[in-house]
Amino acid sequence: MAYSDKVLDHYENPRNVGTLDKNDPNVGTGMVGAPACGDVMKLMIKVNDAGIIEDAKFKTYGCGSAIASSSLVTEWLKGKTVDEAYAIKNSAIAEELALPPVKIHCSVLAEDAIKAAVADIKAKQLAKASA
Amino acid sequence: MTDNYFELFGLTPSFNIELATFETNFRKIQSASHPDRFVTGTAAEKLSAMQLATLANEAYQTLKSPANRAKYLLELQGITAISDTNTAMPTDFLMQQMEWREALEDAKAAKDIFALEQLHAEIQSDGKALQANLIDLLDIKKDYSTATDATRKLIFIDKVCADINKAIEHLDN
Repeated sequence: MAYSDKVLDHYENPRNVGTLDKNDPNVGTGMVGAPACGDVMKLMIKVNDAGIIEDAKFKTYGCGSAIASSSLVTEWLKGKTVDEAYAIKNSAIAEELALPPVKIHCSVLAEDAIKAAVADIKAKQLAKASA
Repeated sequence: MTDNYFELFGLTPSFNIELATFETNFRKIQSASHPDRFVTGTAAEKLSAMQLATLANEAYQTLKSPANRAKYLLELQGITAISDTNTAMPTDFLMQQMEWREALEDAKAAKDIFALEQLHAEIQSDGKALQANLIDLLDIKKDYSTATDATRKLIFIDKVCADINKAIEHLDN
């Protein structure tokens, strides 16, 4: 199957691969997996006190489309508020990368990873507020 | 003709299938539906033999793999174990996946076949434990909800094992 140029670009030069300190109270982690293909994705975001995402890193084990989807969202996330991040739809990711229908689930995985990371940081903030 | 894969091979739908019966009955259908037997047959006979051969192949591939067999058993119960929109898996399981994936990358980079084989054995043993669990969940307890979770895990495990085998083959060459 032919990948689009954008997928190839992110696949060959993935942005923001790596991890952040998971014990940092300002870091949220989202882990998701796609049983259909066995792909695993970890997304970490660092959020400042104003609620803006300052940094984002990912680690994805999966096909080119899954890697490209997570690489792309780390670029999109920086500078966004957590609520803006939460609103990112998989369709936007799929459209930007011109994913074929059989690879749409890779963009779903990236959207769910963002949602999981945001939920994690919100839970951490709540815990901090009530501490 | 039945379209239930288990019945096709004379098996009771279950996870713990009688492998000898499964293999023998598959070969029987294969030879009975072989095109060579229908050289002088009518068009309708040729067509129905071809359809039977195709169905038997599909059924064989599905039931042969434990993960696919579990998935199919769940389908017979009206449960879709695998959907594109369900990406939630237990966090500790995903962490384990990440660790295995990292170990795979490291061993690949170090061209360490021994480490790859060890990793493969470790993961296979988790896979075997899941399969034993699935016999209990699907055939005895009929706990389809827990069985769905176990099936999803088994698919991840198969994927990592397949990737490790690919890495070993690559290094062997």
